[in-house]
Amino acid sequence: MTEPIQLAMFGVTETDTRHVLDRLSARGIDYADLYFESRVAESVSMEEGIVKRAAKSISQGVGVRATAGEKTGFAYSDDLTKKDLELAADTARYIADSPKGTRMVPVPIHKRPAHDLYPVERAKVEVATPERVALLNEIDAEARRYDPRIKNVMASFNTEYKVVVVATSEGTLVADVQPLSRLQISCIAEEDGNRQIGSFGGGGRVGFEFYRDQNRHLQYAREAAREAIVNLSAVEAPAGVMPVVLAGGWPGILLHEAIGHGLEADFNRKKTSAFSNLIGKRVASEVCTIVDDGTLPFRRGSLNMDDEGTPTGRTILIEKGILRGYMTDKLNARLMGISLTGNGRRESYQSVVLPRMTNTFMLAGESDPQDIIRSVKRGLYAVSFGGGQVDITNGKFVFSASEAYLIEDGRVTRPVKGATLIGNGPDILKKVSMVGHDLKLDNGIGTCGKDGQSVPVGVGLPTIKVDEITVGGTQQ
Amino acid sequence: MELRPELQSGRSATESDGGYAQLAADILSRAKACGATEADVVVADGQTLSVQVRVGVVDRLTKAREKRLGLRVFVGKRSATSSTCDFSRESLERLVAETCTLAKTVVEDPMSGLPEANQMAKDQPDLELYDGTVLSTENQIEWAKRGEAAAFAADERVTNSEGAEFESSSGRVVLANSHGFIGSYNGSSFSLSVAPIASDARTSSMQRGVWYDVQRKFARLASAESIGREAARRAVRRLGARRVATKRVPVVFDQETAGSLLANLCSAVSGYGLYKRASFLLDQLGRTIASDLITVYDDGRMVGGLGSRPFDGEGVATRKNTIVERGVLTSYLLDTYSGKKMGMSSTGNAARSVGESPSVGPTNFYLVPDTKTPEQIISSVKEGLYLTELIGFGINMVTGDYSRGASGFWIENGELAFPVEEITIAGNLKQMLKDIEMVGNDLVFRGRVASPTIKIAEMMVAGN
Repeated sequence: MTEPIQLAMFGVTETDTRHVLDRLSARGIDYADLYFESRVAESVSMEEGIVKRAAKSISQGVGVRATAGEKTGFAYSDDLTKKDLELAADTARYIADSPKGTRMVPVPIHKRPAHDLYPVERAKVEVATPERVALLNEIDAEARRYDPRIKNVMASFNTEYKVVVVATSEGTLVADVQPLSRLQISCIAEEDGNRQIGSFGGGGRVGFEFYRDQNRHLQYAREAAREAIVNLSAVEAPAGVMPVVLAGGWPGILLHEAIGHGLEADFNRKKTSAFSNLIGKRVASEVCTIVDDGTLPFRRGSLNMDDEGTPTGRTILIEKGILRGYMTDKLNARLMGISLTGNGRRESYQSVVLPRMTNTFMLAGESDPQDIIRSVKRGLYAVSFGGGQVDITNGKFVFSASEAYLIEDGRVTRPVKGATLIGNGPDILKKVSMVGHDLKLDNGIGTCGKDGQSVPVGVGLPTIKVDEITVGGTQQ
Repeated sequence: MELRPELQSGRSATESDGGYAQLAADILSRAKACGATEADVVVADGQTLSVQVRVGVVDRLTKAREKRLGLRVFVGKRSATSSTCDFSRESLERLVAETCTLAKTVVEDPMSGLPEANQMAKDQPDLELYDGTVLSTENQIEWAKRGEAAAFAADERVTNSEGAEFESSSGRVVLANSHGFIGSYNGSSFSLSVAPIASDARTSSMQRGVWYDVQRKFARLASAESIGREAARRAVRRLGARRVATKRVPVVFDQETAGSLLANLCSAVSGYGLYKRASFLLDQLGRTIASDLITVYDDGRMVGGLGSRPFDGEGVATRKNTIVERGVLTSYLLDTYSGKKMGMSSTGNAARSVGESPSVGPTNFYLVPDTKTPEQIISSVKEGLYLTELIGFGINMVTGDYSRGASGFWIENGELAFPVEEITIAGNLKQMLKDIEMVGNDLVFRGRVASPTIKIAEMMVAGN
């Protein structure tokens, strides 16, 4: 078999990779890998009706890693000469505290990734700048047409085209090409000195045509404008414990913060997670089944393989309320004696692999979304959110609503200002009493941060009712 | 998820520029040949050694060298930026040509352009930003081990650890533009952070504590033992935290959380948010925006400062700006572009992460301390919250609406009574700044934005 053509992009041959891996196969080293990455990112942005900024960024480099027991030795370089690779290998090997390896690693079995989830031609991702400029201009016009109170429209369109090659001491050599793009729009509405912002966006591992399909870009523009206009009439949010109905889609950020991070294997191996030792225990109500699935075509959080070359999959995290499994990378799977789930991810060649989420969502239930709202006497209906955060160790998490309404006597009434919701991860899903039949995945805007590393992710949720959660408004 | 000190390079007049000055000059002349009317180039490189120790053994060792070049070109009033880590001649020539082509595809912006030639930094004082101390891997491992061991030794309830990390890094920045300006500086940093976990045997609950120090000079770094002990104290004191009933009370922000509030003020006075009309401090220059106890400086030339540098991301001389004086907003933070949009001059606050267009950022942005000790401030509160941690992103910079997850201690009759968690605090930044009724004497720089303890008269605390 021939080596992946992508390796040649880095000016490196299969023999070079074997040479470095041989050097790393010292006594005490359990595993080693080389991660070659080339990334071209482009962006254009618009404000005040003009597309005034365009930028392009090129990065290329290699990350060299060796693990020995719990230890990881890691080095990276943006130079790819044989000498640079050897230097990096010797740094990585340092942690095993043993002399240069002499063993031969297996001859690579060239593998293709298990999936082909985003077959998008490069030319369809990196379209000419004038096409991007035209897209942003149409967005500006559409948002302003939606309502004359829209006074400024800020939009940006970002693309990235990433080629990765992973060579491991297990004898695999596998490459993937990972396109990614995102359109993000914010509108400022102004009326009588009251200024409000509304935002919307979307994207995925898709080509440029995705944004023009069914005039999706114009839908996004109207959504951002609509949220800004709604917020012009928002009243103070309530404070205290109350029932909250979360709309489908992006509000799935609840799952990401409340349970997702706590189920990443590293925290559980170190027993620093509030979910440590809870496998097989009830952590959610019977109506909750939650999965992490990296295999959904064209999704922002999807991957044909993770950054260690492991095929991505669908992992059941919680099944009918019972905690079933953790998300793993190779190091943690080996140390914990559990299976690989394809969740070993890294931001770039400059960062180490960590267990990370892909697309995390709750499966649809049986309730009618309207019935869910009707069941609440006084509470909050939260439609859209900004960001969220969690303290893994004590399990406390927050997520902040950017569009929300009061529910009064079973009806959605006035919009309220944004408010932060706070809860305890291992408890909150036990308070989910109704799950809608309307599962929706988010539009493809999520970026997750952990240990200083950002990776694209997805979330999803049907309409759900949480019987009680603390809402951080200002009105008692 | 993890507290990481943010670092920025500083300068040393004595270091050579490693041939980057010539490289920058070549790029500028190449850009001119491709049709650029103005351009600037930033070249940065650096090296980092980081060791992480967990429960007494090395968990992770990371060593890296990196370099990056950023280019900004103007073709008349159109501009584009680019960056690369590939310094090969062919690749750079292609990049210059592509960037000029890219500039020609965007729309003209009458405000675009380099700073005026007379605004460029003329002096390059030694701000003591660089320390050439090279620590061996073993030495760094030793520091991290001692920090973590001190945390375990400090209290028997410290039973686990997320680890201790020691990082040393150094680097250099060279900036040149088509006015003929060329400047360079070197910087370094040394940091230790320790993150122990305390557990309560009775409730089997866990709490994490983090403490750290970061300094440009190795000799100034706090001892590993003091950092470890403080991290342990911060973890242990959270054990047994509970919720409190929803009510309106005074809130005392400790140094760390007050620093976060000051960072919100910093964003609100940054030029880009203002000209886009996306700041709650719009049209407030010369007006009272905070209590008269509040005076805020941004000082780009503080000796040894983590945010100090002789010139900003466009080569404009840095200086000490008074942002708020006795409650009155006296200056925004501006770069050339946002300054022009506001009809003003740059304040020397262009921040430039290589490869991006300049934006605005603080240098050393701080609230001037007053005379009260933190204990005196706490003792002034009959019932209220002593805030030590904030989580989440519930801040609307357009309206000032503020709602964040919080934890800390409940104050009863002027004393810390018990730890609290899973609560939120909410208000509006416009009102919160005016409601600051006490400022502490405990200003310490552990980053580019710093504040002493402060007390806000009243906020809504939501719990059960």
